[in-house]
Amino acid sequence: MHIPSLLGAAALTATLAGSALAADFKAGNLVIHDPWTRATPRGAPVAGGYAVIENTGDQPDSLTGGSFSASSGFSIHQMTMKDGVMSMGPVEGGLEIPAHGSVKLDPSGFHLMFTGLTRQLKRHETVGGTLVFKNAGTVSVDYAVGSIGARGPEHSGH
Amino acid sequence: MTVQANRLQVIAVTVLVGILCAIGVLLWQSMGSGGRGSPQTSLIGGEFTLVNQDGKPITQADFLGKPTAYFFGYTNCPDACPTTLTDMTDRLKALGPDGDKFNVVFITVDPARDTPQLLKTYLESFDPRITAATGTPAEIADVIKKFRVYAKKVGDGDNYTFDHSTAVYLMDARGELVTLIDYQEPRDEALAKMRRALTS
Ligand SMILES: [Cu+2]
Repeated sequence: MHIPSLLGAAALTATLAGSALAADFKAGNLVIHDPWTRATPRGAPVAGGYAVIENTGDQPDSLTGGSFSASSGFSIHQMTMKDGVMSMGPVEGGLEIPAHGSVKLDPSGFHLMFTGLTRQLKRHETVGGTLVFKNAGTVSVDYAVGSIGARGPEHSGH
Repeated sequence: MTVQANRLQVIAVTVLVGILCAIGVLLWQSMGSGGRGSPQTSLIGGEFTLVNQDGKPITQADFLGKPTAYFFGYTNCPDACPTTLTDMTDRLKALGPDGDKFNVVFITVDPARDTPQLLKTYLESFDPRITAATGTPAEIADVIKKFRVYAKKVGDGDNYTFDHSTAVYLMDARGELVTLIDYQEPRDEALAKMRRALTS
């Protein structure tokens, strides 16, 4: 199943309440909630990208690609942890966003992988990029940069 | 005493002896195995030859005399490695003056990309007491084997990744394994383990 967490619209609203940096990006029936990434150590070649993608429509959509303005490479990855071993690999064929459902991209599961970073990412800055969906097309988004060890978007009340 | 009662007595004694034997075997087993599931500590770690972020040769001997936290990763890792380095930075700080009594060593599993220069730059974002180490592919393979670390290259081209163990190996001043700190183990538990390594 490509659905690590199904969040209701009410839960999302509650999560984002009081969020200073919260930014939602809309495209058709999709809402991309609170895209974020992390500050990177100096010289780090990669970073991860995270968000909650909500589909309010009756048809499933699929995240197929995108871009990040501070990296040459972009891919959709999945992280898994088993017996203390962390594994990471590309998600083939796009990541399905179910009708009337949400997919969470976070450090411990599905995530965007920015490879070939062209510069260090600094906390509190915002970095632009795009997400490409099969039906909704190309959407511009801004990633809020959190701390190096951040586990979630900053100022989002959790 | 009737023959009947005698027989019952014999049976009772036989059963009792049987139970005592079973308990004895269980006790012997639990003592002999040293606690099943815990690795035999002396078989983890040992001699290695690597270079640090300044390109200087380092061996196990450089880290004896103080407890040492070793962990393995690579700079092309977006999550576990910066997170563990952040956690170790936080733990060293939380230990106060005791933080100076530790060595912390980040050993790359990706020597092809992680040069001393890159590791030196990377470390600038973390506690200055942390050492990073790389080596030849053979030297890295050797230390991975000695620490029983799982590290497997996945994919080809420029964007390959590694599946790798995420635990921190906490060794005492003599280089013997005290315990492991799990990935993202709660702060207090990790600090308790580090304090234990100081006194063991
Ligand atoms: Cu990844």
